[in-house]
Amino acid sequence: MFKNVKTKKVLSIFLLAITAMIFSSVAFSVESLRGDSALDSDANKPKKHKVATVSGGIERNYKLQPPMIPHKIDKYRISIKNNGCMKCHSEKAYKKEKATRVGESHYIARDGTKLDHLSSRRYFCTQCHVSQTGDSPLVENTYEGI
Amino acid sequence: MGLFSKEGTLKVLLFGFILGVLFWGGFNTAMEATNQESFCISCHEMEENVYQEYTETIHYSNRTGVRATCPDCHVPKEWVHKIVRKIKASNELYHKMLGTIDTPEKFESKRLQLATNEWKRMLKTDSRECRNCHEFDSMDFDKQEERSADRHDEAIENGWTCIQCHKGIAHELPAGYDPADDTPGVEEEESDD
Repeated sequence: MFKNVKTKKVLSIFLLAITAMIFSSVAFSVESLRGDSALDSDANKPKKHKVATVSGGIERNYKLQPPMIPHKIDKYRISIKNNGCMKCHSEKAYKKEKATRVGESHYIARDGTKLDHLSSRRYFCTQCHVSQTGDSPLVENTYEGI
Repeated sequence: MGLFSKEGTLKVLLFGFILGVLFWGGFNTAMEATNQESFCISCHEMEENVYQEYTETIHYSNRTGVRATCPDCHVPKEWVHKIVRKIKASNELYHKMLGTIDTPEKFESKRLQLATNEWKRMLKTDSRECRNCHEFDSMDFDKQEERSADRHDEAIENGWTCIQCHKGIAHELPAGYDPADDTPGVEEEESDD
């Protein structure tokens, strides 16, 4: 059937490799992102995560970390017209609303000049500041903050 | 058998009564029809701008499934106030015909004026439409966050009304408008420093 021994040898190695692959995949069953539920059933429903409210704010984990948001933010919108966060965190309102004031650095433009409004590169608060759900980390670790 | 005979008077009265019921019923039905959300958003000016913004707020969708639709906030419940508002709304029909806000750009340029109108109306009525659902008397301050409870206490003491602080909760604020500029209590605090 085969023209020479060499072809036969290559083919048998190939077949062996495929068999090995099939067996190994059974042995270490790979789990996909959607879990190991069958294709015709629904994926496992992920747990709900509620945004945590922490009075007094959340401690920084490292120097110069943008402080995390200790409250829900779904009511506040940041658009080209308005910045909902600034309703409480602005220079004008922070005292009355007992909120954290936006840092001085946020008023400095790229060329170093001080502005009387938020610098556009700091405008989108949630690029750096995020709310937290208070869940335990997915992977255990021993990191200690400052 | 003239009109002034006893029988004639009775007939006229009966006819008038039936006509009155029909007219009154028809009038109220027509007015109620203009008090539906579907009527409000039958104009694209409302449907494309303010309605879209509202669908992303808590008054549209929330934990307990209570929804406040357009007329709940923008049309008074009591009959006399409702009629007054409805008559004033005829101006809105006039501007609909003129096409004053028939593009998003036109709407945006008028937004401050439109919003100010509504803020003034609510201020004048002590936020009557808000208070159809939100009353200080029924608020449990213990269940509120400290910040909110403190501010509400202050509001009761000073006789402030909902709209003075709660602007832009169901629709976007006009561009460049800073609510801190006329939130009561904020200005005074600043001048103390």
